[in-house]
Amino acid sequence: MEDKKTVSVPRERVDDVVVRFAGDSGDGMQLVGSQFSTTTAVLGNDLATYPDFPAEIRAPAGTLPGVSGYQIRFSSYDIHTPGSVADVLVAMNPAALKMNLIDLKKGGTLIVNSDAFTTRNLERVGYSSNPLEDHTLDGYRLVKVPITDLTRKALESSSIPSKEKDRCKNFFALGITYWLYNRSTDVTEKWIKDKFKAKPDLVEANLLALKGGIEYSRAVELFQSTYVVPPAKMPPGKYRSISGNTAVALGFITAAQRAGLTLFQGSYPITPASDILHELSRYKHFGVVTFQAEDEIAAITSVIGASFAGCLGITTTSGPGMALKGEAMGLAVMTELPLVIVDIQRGGPSTGLPTKTEQADLLMALFGRHAESPLPVVAAATAGDCFWMALEASRIAIEHMTPVILLTDGYIANGSEPFLIPAVEDLPVLKPRFATSANGAGFQPYVRDERTLAREWAVPGTPGLEHRIGGLEKADITGNVSYDPLNHEHMVHTRAEKVARIANDLPPLEIYGPDSGELLVVGWGGTYGAIHGAVRRAVDKKLSVAQVHLRHLNPMPNDLGDILKRYRKVLVPELNTGQLSLLLRAKYLVDVIGYNKVQGRPFGTEEILTVIESHLEANKS
Amino acid sequence: MIKPASPETTSTLSKKDFATDQEVRWCPGCGDYAILNAVQSVFPSLGVPKEKFVMVSGIGCSSRFPYYMNTYGFHTIHGRAPAVATGIKIANPDLDVWVITGDGDALSIGGNHLIHAMRRNIGIKILLFNNRIYGLTKGQYSPTSEEGKLTKSTPFGSLDRPLNPLSLALGSECTFVARSVDVYQQHLMQTLRQAAEHKGTAFVEIFQNCNIFNDGAFDNFTERAVRAEMNLELEHGKPLLFGAKKDRGLRWTGQSFEVVELGNGITEKDILVHNAHDPEPTFAFGLSRLTPPKAPMPIGVYRQVDAAPFEERVWGQIRHVKSQKGDGSLEKLLSAGDTWEVKE
Repeated sequence: MEDKKTVSVPRERVDDVVVRFAGDSGDGMQLVGSQFSTTTAVLGNDLATYPDFPAEIRAPAGTLPGVSGYQIRFSSYDIHTPGSVADVLVAMNPAALKMNLIDLKKGGTLIVNSDAFTTRNLERVGYSSNPLEDHTLDGYRLVKVPITDLTRKALESSSIPSKEKDRCKNFFALGITYWLYNRSTDVTEKWIKDKFKAKPDLVEANLLALKGGIEYSRAVELFQSTYVVPPAKMPPGKYRSISGNTAVALGFITAAQRAGLTLFQGSYPITPASDILHELSRYKHFGVVTFQAEDEIAAITSVIGASFAGCLGITTTSGPGMALKGEAMGLAVMTELPLVIVDIQRGGPSTGLPTKTEQADLLMALFGRHAESPLPVVAAATAGDCFWMALEASRIAIEHMTPVILLTDGYIANGSEPFLIPAVEDLPVLKPRFATSANGAGFQPYVRDERTLAREWAVPGTPGLEHRIGGLEKADITGNVSYDPLNHEHMVHTRAEKVARIANDLPPLEIYGPDSGELLVVGWGGTYGAIHGAVRRAVDKKLSVAQVHLRHLNPMPNDLGDILKRYRKVLVPELNTGQLSLLLRAKYLVDVIGYNKVQGRPFGTEEILTVIESHLEANKS
Repeated sequence: MIKPASPETTSTLSKKDFATDQEVRWCPGCGDYAILNAVQSVFPSLGVPKEKFVMVSGIGCSSRFPYYMNTYGFHTIHGRAPAVATGIKIANPDLDVWVITGDGDALSIGGNHLIHAMRRNIGIKILLFNNRIYGLTKGQYSPTSEEGKLTKSTPFGSLDRPLNPLSLALGSECTFVARSVDVYQQHLMQTLRQAAEHKGTAFVEIFQNCNIFNDGAFDNFTERAVRAEMNLELEHGKPLLFGAKKDRGLRWTGQSFEVVELGNGITEKDILVHNAHDPEPTFAFGLSRLTPPKAPMPIGVYRQVDAAPFEERVWGQIRHVKSQKGDGSLEKLLSAGDTWEVKE
């Protein structure tokens, strides 16, 4: 495609593009979406992705519930969200068109597989006439391509069965978009060769389809111009594209290595957390133990056992699994063992929206156990930040001898972004405090470090440290069973104080924007990108707005209370009905304003900016 | 896991080394005392350094056990002891991990963990104290209580059909399945030693009398007067004979066992010989169906077959992948896949 002689259409420069692929869940949209993002990342654009797929693995073909989408935004400058409206929509069938047209901007490019617009498919999704023929799509640049037929033609020489040939049409569509945005096919060619290396005819077929899409676009001058998006200016270094779930997995391997511990993951499959189990199970050569337990409770209790025995124990789950783990978390709080519970939040309650994002587990993370059962809670802000927060959660667990909850969400778990690869030697070293000898009359498991109040980690197999722990209340210091009323009160306060003291080690909060002013926007978790994009634009417009994003939710940073009071208004956007708002109001007596959405979808930058501006307007009046 | 005794740490061990300073808080006359005594008597002779024992329990009267053993111990939450023990054993296969549980803990709230521990063949020993009643919650019927049981929660009689722990263990293809009784001290100690020697999951049901809420539950075969006639002591390679004169035995009908008396044309040749090492659990399952008063209560080792324990396979796989790929490099891992360089 770099052969300039045959390029007869002009190339234009653009700086910020959103492309969405949409089709049946069996059409391979997630696959081509991720290929487009990797290719784009390697070209040096900043990018953010938003895979959006149904909970059903294969809903009936051609139906609305079966539509799977993958959105990628890429840019020549740094961006933080996958965008809310698309410049280009690739719709592989009428259902995909119907579900996604609303998100295509007016005048946007609509590439459809016209072969799929049969009377039957149209009727199935409630189109009474063909939108490609009537005036439904008048406001868009409609590009009708008989993708099914053209793919078959491109694969004429291939010997694979025709059903298999039809499955290659996603690569034909990918070829069209590569042509449109002048993307190199190198990354995808390599991927295809790797993926199908055992089946050479599939390698050939998919390559033919990919190139067929490009050749066709060129030959028929499918577009009046093609586009170039120059690389973004980003901090220097080596980058890779990373999704939140992969970043979590790598973060824990890193934590275990930097602590000199075996990583033990006990998990039960659950959407959208299973990918962490898939990822970690590939790394046996790092000595990683992955244990697919019989249920969520066995997942966390096996981890508690492994932590008792000296491993860095982690369990990964989503809301319903968190609910099941509650009692075991209480045991970990009582026995003061280091482990990390990762909750990839999804819409709820109950089974809810398994594949859609939400931030509604914050209060459960803080309070979802019986009795006074405090534990540290941290949350990742972006896909790449999942790496750093997995490391941070592990640090807190190991250094403070406590279970820690790490919250991410379906949006950053599946979405990906460029990740500046850290140098191993720059990564923190984590220091477990293993008991090696008796610390009193025999070994006393509840003797504490004066500064942190953490107890020592006494691992079975160590001679002379034989001791018993368990869920019953502990006598201070000795750890013997105690029902003494004053001891219980003392221990409740001690456990709380131990968690509270974690705040003493936290760095000051970063404030983006002015140190004081009209409006402070406080967020937490995966909404960082949308909030930051909006606040940055507000600051660029010289509005008196600043952003603070919380990664530590319990304990909260020591300087938060003071910061909150330096602004006239505090706005808290959350993908729930106001959970952080409730906490900030209760803890700091600040009359925060919530901006809340529970649609299973992330915030958009424009959306937050509009809210910011409306509050600043109100300040004036 | 049995290792050659290491003289420094084990030769001097005695029963009192395994006792703690904690006051034992079971009801006077409870069968648990006898089991504690048997365990504390057997442990010093196993050749395992004291620091390698880990006692793991759930919730219930029996689950207080770890507090009375001067080893590593973990009193966990209701039903979850097999899962906690699984984590401990995988984390460090060198540890000798014993689960102490009861009929409610193991078979009701923790049933799932029990069957999965057994089917995986994780190398832990599970001692199920079966008293056929809930003791710690003060006397409700349990999953092993007989149908029609009058308890606080079933004043008109329980409607649940009881679960047979050994049938369940054998159905889960547990590789070591045995049964003993709290008051049969010698038999119990011998059974515990056999369990200790087994690699893989060892499941031992111990009939344990709750003298407060279910006194005499096992009298119809444990009373001295009937003991010889109502127990059948299983021994690998020996015919399934019982009775004071060994004049009665079990004959396989092709479907199940029947009790026959020797004589009248029936000879020892008609009596099935017990094969604990039979790879198929079918005959052992047949034995587990026998209950007094219609048949004698079989005690001893029902099944003992060799199979690689789960934790060995976990670490074997890790060693195998390491041998194929070499030790993982963190640097390579972090920069895996497609990368690109951004210059100053």
